[in-house]
Amino acid sequence: MLETPYVTNYLTEHFGEEDYPTIEGYERVGGYRAARKALTEMSPDEVIELVKIAGLQGRGGAGFSTGMKWSFMPKDTDRPKYLVCNADESEPGSFKDRILLERGSHQMLEGILIAAWATGASTTFIYIRGEYAYPADQMERAIGEAYAKGYLGENVMGTGFRHDVRVTRGAGAYICGEETGLLESLEGKKGQPRKKPPFPAQYGAFGMPTTVNNVETFSHVPHIVEKGANWFRSFGTEKSPGTTVFGVSGHVVRPGLYELPLGTMLSEIVFEHAGGVPGGRKVKGVIPGGMSMSILPAGQLDVPMANEFLHERKTMLGTGGIIVMDETTCMVRVASVISYFFRDESCGQCTQCREGTGWINKIVDRIERGAGEEEDLEVLLDVAGKMEGQTICAFADAAAWPIQGLLRHFSDDFAEHVRQRKCPFAESFEL
Amino acid sequence: MVISKQTRSKIDAVIAKYPQARGALLPALHLVQDEYGHVSKECAVEIAEIFEIRPVEVMEVLTFYNLFFDSPQAKHHVYVCTNLPCSLRGARGLLRQLESQLGIKAPGETSDGRIFLGHEECLGACGYAPMMRVDGQYHEVLDIEKAKRILDSLGE
Ligand SMILES: Cc1cc2nc3c(=O)[nH]c(=O)nc-3n(C[C@H](O)[C@H](O)[C@H](O)COP(=O)(O)O)c2cc1C
Ligand code: SF4
Ligand code: FES
Repeated sequence: MLETPYVTNYLTEHFGEEDYPTIEGYERVGGYRAARKALTEMSPDEVIELVKIAGLQGRGGAGFSTGMKWSFMPKDTDRPKYLVCNADESEPGSFKDRILLERGSHQMLEGILIAAWATGASTTFIYIRGEYAYPADQMERAIGEAYAKGYLGENVMGTGFRHDVRVTRGAGAYICGEETGLLESLEGKKGQPRKKPPFPAQYGAFGMPTTVNNVETFSHVPHIVEKGANWFRSFGTEKSPGTTVFGVSGHVVRPGLYELPLGTMLSEIVFEHAGGVPGGRKVKGVIPGGMSMSILPAGQLDVPMANEFLHERKTMLGTGGIIVMDETTCMVRVASVISYFFRDESCGQCTQCREGTGWINKIVDRIERGAGEEEDLEVLLDVAGKMEGQTICAFADAAAWPIQGLLRHFSDDFAEHVRQRKCPFAESFEL
Repeated sequence: MVISKQTRSKIDAVIAKYPQARGALLPALHLVQDEYGHVSKECAVEIAEIFEIRPVEVMEVLTFYNLFFDSPQAKHHVYVCTNLPCSLRGARGLLRQLESQLGIKAPGETSDGRIFLGHEECLGACGYAPMMRVDGQYHEVLDIEKAKRILDSLGE
């Protein structure tokens, strides 16, 4: 399966070409030129500066400046430094990293190589979610090809720089996408997030200075090095440059991937690119950035897909996973599916998160069954509010935000369940 | 010794690739499970010896992750994704129909222990929903006919 994106740009333009995942295919369209340029013509600091000026922001969900993150890596140290590529992609609604791994394997490896040069990292660990068996095999193949060509190993491209890349497969736990949960898992432990500080740049994988970046983040890097910061800034907005690979799912005519500049209007993506809702039905709500982000009602889709604009509407770009729901959708059922997921995936270390996710799921299900009380809406908001900003990792916030968003925009759906003592949305998707 | 020589040597090769041996624990569990279909108590004890950790530490890791099994499993594993994007496109109806086709409730297995049917959280295929993962392989853009054909084609 895995269709190439409906709309492509610099990241995905060659994804339809059969030999592009091989090193020959990648080099035929100019691949590895950027890495050669970085390693032979640029100092590590120059690379970091370039990525900073380009304004690349992490594409794993938090949107942190990539150049800044790289600059936190200690410079004068004898300790080995590591990079981690976060390929755990488990945020519901997100399915972009999978194709970037499968078809853009060498593009990502080249980005890793450049990041390794910039940060002085000796090894990169690519942590791939356990269910991505094919992407993991394909990455192993690509890494093998890069070693055979001398692009990885003791003497990268004859420059004397050493870099190794390893693939580690996860084993089915959403929380291992959180960067310190990932680090624990990489070390062979339960994926329970660490308290911060210390941050990974001081104490990361195996206790060494570490930078964690997302699959897509690395994939942008060769293009920036080859074509420059100004070119990169010609896409997207002033504050959010570049393209991203949006994933559109749910009630649309053409679900799939769309590589578009950041700042593209959400309404344009949903209605023009993805063809709107099938059967002439109307949109009810859209989650703009993966399931942990707050929903937007149909009237608020005229928003550019970039954090500076989405923040004003109390939501975020997240992973760019756009989930569309039509007018038949029961938002209490949506809350039920979301809260079940977070209850199930909480790692259990923090009381607010462990108890809060369980409570929310229980109350939401009670409301859906028609057994809810009017006070339940207040209780939901109260519990969600107490989960925010109180815990070891941002999972608890990610569990609270979508529930707060649903109550902000669709409290009538909840109230109607309580009033009618049943679910009033007979046409909604099944639970 | 329950872990085969081949698997043991693969484990040793992976250990050599990590700065600390323990980093190879998840890969080792994957390797053992690939061979036996699950990680038995005996295997866990042996893995603990290889990694010079306590057996309870291996068990803790084993039970934390959804993809590892500590007991014998059905021959075939069928998981329908029921997270939100898939549910919006009929995943739960599909799961119900597969339940009645097999005469079981998910999560559960057929009485002959041949097929396990369950649901899973988002598998990174939301744009190709509904979908299921059968013996590790993705099947996407399903309808009930297609899903039944896939079940019918499963070997003994
Ligand atoms: C609960 C939770 C799950 C996350 N899952 C992922 C994930 O699957 N992939 C990812 O790249 N980042 C994920 N993140 C974000 C990472 O912690 C981290 O910010 C990111 O990998 C950094 O890379 P970037 O700066 O390139 O975006 C998650 C964060 C949280 C709190
Ligand atoms: S917030 Fe939740 S997932 Fe994160 S560490 Fe605490 S209990 Fe675990
Ligand atoms: S929700 Fe089913 S694959 Fe993402």
